[in-house]
Amino acid sequence: MKTAESGRQEGFGHVVPLGTLLAVFAALIVLTGITVAATWVDLGSANLFIAMGIAAVKATLVALYFMHLRYDHPFNALIFVVGLLFLTLFLGLTLLDTRQYQPEIQAAVENPV
Amino acid sequence: MNDLTALAPHGVSAQSEQGHHPHPDYVAHHFDSAEQQFDAGKLGVWVFLVTEILFFSGLFCAYAVYRGNHPEVFVYAHHFLDKNLGALNTAVLIFSSLTMALAVRAAQLEQRRALIAFLLVTLLCAFVFLGVKYVEYRQKWEHGLLWAGRYHATGQESNHGPEAASADRGAAVAAGPRAGETTPAVPPELPPEATASEDAPRLVGVFFSIYFAMTGLHALHVIGGIGAVTWILARAVRGDFNRFYFGPVDYVGLYWHLVDLVWIFLFPLLYLIH
Repeated sequence: MKTAESGRQEGFGHVVPLGTLLAVFAALIVLTGITVAATWVDLGSANLFIAMGIAAVKATLVALYFMHLRYDHPFNALIFVVGLLFLTLFLGLTLLDTRQYQPEIQAAVENPV
Repeated sequence: MNDLTALAPHGVSAQSEQGHHPHPDYVAHHFDSAEQQFDAGKLGVWVFLVTEILFFSGLFCAYAVYRGNHPEVFVYAHHFLDKNLGALNTAVLIFSSLTMALAVRAAQLEQRRALIAFLLVTLLCAFVFLGVKYVEYRQKWEHGLLWAGRYHATGQESNHGPEAASADRGAAVAAGPRAGETTPAVPPELPPEATASEDAPRLVGVFFSIYFAMTGLHALHVIGGIGAVTWILARAVRGDFNRFYFGPVDYVGLYWHLVDLVWIFLFPLLYLIH
């Protein structure tokens, strides 16, 4: 767990190896390039899911290595995941019925009071 | 682990040694150890980050509702955004996340000069990001690509005079932009699918409302990050941090990475619509 850079008493916490940080950075840049390149190909609605999938992979890399979650107390990761759970709940419940109102909205737009 | 005073040479104050609960200067009196203090602070920051995620999620929700109902508006409007500038800013922000992570590493290893250098590079990246953002906002402002209610595309008013402009605007509402002289100045060439729906021109302002709200709130977070990194930088110069006390560097780092995380999603959602 410790990288002994000196003979002194080690501090606590995990020091992420330099190579890991640089590798994560390289992966993030490559993935950004892939996201941009993916827009040159027309895959219909799959484009959105590909873009969001790549973004999710990038976010996971940032959270695990830059934000130390991989080495951290699991409780911090739990807090983060619970936050994402509520985000999903929020978006999911809102999107359940949003299209239902469209006929009324369209009618109101076409025949303003 | 708790016996820090025995092993840490850093700033054990005279009066704390006289008390019954000796602790180094950088450990607050109500903590058992530097590590406990660090863990408590980190827990607090993670809870704060979750509130930030939920804060932004309101805007992501607005985005999802409008895109779900009016996908053609988003396809039409995203042609007004500069993909290259967006990609550049993504790279700048990812790089600043790397330098921030390296700064935390330097703080943990007591490399003060490296810490100061990495924090300075992070600050520089933040200013570059805001500079690019300024260029983008300015282009949109000049072409009337503003939020709903203030949206008045485009550059043709200056080219054709007010009468032509209003005529063009009427035509645009009726049929969408066409090739030729009534095409908005930015972007110079709209692809044919941009004219697919009459809904698109009517609701482009809503897209720009969402665009400005999301990128604006994100930019405010970058500005807040500049303040936080500057504070850490000043403390690093003062020599506050050591391998038992690097919490503030780590906390600001976590916040900075979250700002990066939000942008990782904003970039494809706003600039790379297909």
